[in-house]
Amino acid sequence: MRFVRGLSYRASAIAGVATQFFFGLVFVMVFQAFARSGGDSIRAGLDNTQIASYVWLQQAFLALIMMWYRDRELLSTIASGDAAYELCRPVDAYFFWYARLLAGRLAGAALRCLPILAVAALLPEPYRLCAPPSLASGLCFVLCMALGVFLIVAITIFAYILTVLTLSPTAPFIFLTPVYEFAAGMVIPLPFMPDALQKILYYLPFRLCVDLPLRMYSGAIAAVDAPGLLLRQAIWIVLLVPLGRLALNRALRGAQAVGG
Amino acid sequence: MITVDNLRKSYLARRRSSGPGQALLSLVKPNRERIEALKGVSFSIEEGEVVGYIGPNGAGKSTTIKIMCGILEPDSGACLIKGRVPWKDRKTHVAGIGVVFGQRSQLWWDVPVLDSFELLRDIYKVPGKDYAESLEELVAALDLSSFLDMPARSLSLGQRMRCEMAASLLHRPDLLFLDEPTIGLDAVSKLAVRAFIERMNRERGVTVILTTHDVHDIEALAKRVILIGKGEILYDGAFDALMSRARDPSSASALQSEAPRASLNLEEAMAAVYGEMGIA
Repeated sequence: MRFVRGLSYRASAIAGVATQFFFGLVFVMVFQAFARSGGDSIRAGLDNTQIASYVWLQQAFLALIMMWYRDRELLSTIASGDAAYELCRPVDAYFFWYARLLAGRLAGAALRCLPILAVAALLPEPYRLCAPPSLASGLCFVLCMALGVFLIVAITIFAYILTVLTLSPTAPFIFLTPVYEFAAGMVIPLPFMPDALQKILYYLPFRLCVDLPLRMYSGAIAAVDAPGLLLRQAIWIVLLVPLGRLALNRALRGAQAVGG
Repeated sequence: MITVDNLRKSYLARRRSSGPGQALLSLVKPNRERIEALKGVSFSIEEGEVVGYIGPNGAGKSTTIKIMCGILEPDSGACLIKGRVPWKDRKTHVAGIGVVFGQRSQLWWDVPVLDSFELLRDIYKVPGKDYAESLEELVAALDLSSFLDMPARSLSLGQRMRCEMAASLLHRPDLLFLDEPTIGLDAVSKLAVRAFIERMNRERGVTVILTTHDVHDIEALAKRVILIGKGEILYDGAFDALMSRARDPSSASALQSEAPRASLNLEEAMAAVYGEMGIA
């Protein structure tokens, strides 16, 4: 249902595609200029053509991997104190919300990825999206991306659980987004952080959703290393889902729907 | 069918005077007050009854309804609905009841109403044939056919409320909780909704618990009312008797209006009752 609704927002999709295409182009050009001027260090193991692919994939699948996806309707329901009413239906609230958030992301990506990928594949070298170096890489990318999406929903659903407790639709996101972005290496790439910090962040799940699938595509992470990392993603999912479910049920039972 | 015994529930509410100084103080030392929403509520309702659950704002009506729906757990006391404890067997319990909360929609806002219905069918696991039959019946009874394919946000309030009523009955529950079902509706829609509720009760034997401030709804639908005020049940009996009591010329309670007691209209009579019971 959420998927169908997401698909119905045409204007938003068109605007989104245009925005992301623009950003993709800019990012690629910036990185290319940087590479040409000799800036080795930032590339973290990707060469010219790989950078372009990385950026384009990132843009095309942004809805799937970005942290700050907010389901506004759900948030306003929670903020108005009506979250408890979700329990009026014979469904498990956690899985209902999980499915809803997942579908919202999928709809966002489904609408936008094809146009962006299609055009990106047709651009002249070195700006264009290239095919993965091997079938194995391509497959790893798909699996990693899929698990990454499940993982990111399992992580971000905690923001919604916090919203149930605080009744603020913005505070949990304001708090969690920088934490996530920092831990995922989006502020400073992970290889640049102090060793001790790196070790800690290495074990947290954040980096496994954003950066990993994209690097698998370009082969920067060899296909042979993939199973270990995929397993890591799966383990985190298995840990976070029951935890989230427990937390949400506790929060909803305590949440006092306002009024007399 | 429903037995409620000595329910108690209290909330913690924060108190704070206005001003930035107080705001800062409350960060360090929050001033919380315990508000008793329910102080020992007891009643029982038989199958097939239509009961009006009335009382002034803040009396504890919504709290009781939430407990009966299974979404809130009382501090103490018992509640059995069809032999189940609502908050303990939540999913089974909720699968057999229908709810319409007038100020909250259970339809999805921007997809056609029919899509919402189909999702509810899946949520409540209604078998295909039963769903088709229910849908046909409800669409005919509430005259929904002309806007089933429109998103809820494009409907007028009257149309939306009729869709909500249909949505609450798709899975053929035998118990219906209606919280302000006619709020904001025009005269024609109100009559249509009332007629529909009466018909559901008469033809299908659906037990209805109606919470409303509209005394005309009560008069039209509920022979029995349970009046709650300040967390306590103050009256449980025939609505007519309650109104007669208010209109009794020998009654000593204060009146809001200048009109002679015997000719009080429904609202005035209700206000007189609240006044007499000290809960106005």
